[in-house]
Amino acid sequence: MGTSPHFRVGIDLVRVSAVAESLQQFGDRFLQRVFTRSEVAYAMSSPPLAASRLAARFAAKEATRKALRLDGVGWRDIEVVRQPDGACDIQLHGVARAVGGADPLALSMSHEGDHATAIVIADRNHP
Amino acid sequence: MSENAARIRAVLKDHARLNRDAETLDDDSDLYQAGMTSHASVNVMLALEGEFDIEFPDHMLKRSVFESVGAIAAAIGELTEGR
Repeated sequence: MGTSPHFRVGIDLVRVSAVAESLQQFGDRFLQRVFTRSEVAYAMSSPPLAASRLAARFAAKEATRKALRLDGVGWRDIEVVRQPDGACDIQLHGVARAVGGADPLALSMSHEGDHATAIVIADRNHP
Repeated sequence: MSENAARIRAVLKDHARLNRDAETLDDDSDLYQAGMTSHASVNVMLALEGEFDIEFPDHMLKRSVFESVGAIAAAIGELTEGR
């Protein structure tokens, strides 16, 4: 977690195999409790990459929690939205939006092998 | 509390990926310090919901609610009160 009057940052690292295990153990309960319908639809559009994509999105949600210091907020209130060009952004909903404020958020995710990571920067300079 | 605590430790043993035996934890031992990650805490949450037939409302999805056996037991007590 970073501490600056202008920016806040959060980062998270997740093991893809751990997410694959969650899928195996809890199935739809895990998917529906943590991810939105569109996050699940995108992840499942390529089954071999599903666990990696979900792990990166979980990391993005956790990185956002850290950047905005959110607690007591549902995982689905923090959504990774994929743009047509493939870039991804964070969209806050519900309590997360109310508590997290309107700071523009910058997101970057990556996954390779058994690791997925995400970094989120909240810009507190905006007018 | 002791019966719930034993059931909670069993869930932690299976799902929290701790770096030590859940049976050796005190009720106030910090589970994150014992190796539980945020992702593992989601597995713990889902497993507790199945074990106790409850659902944690979003406002209880706090780090503090899952940070120890005692904190989890208190939350479960709150959610099962009056049953």
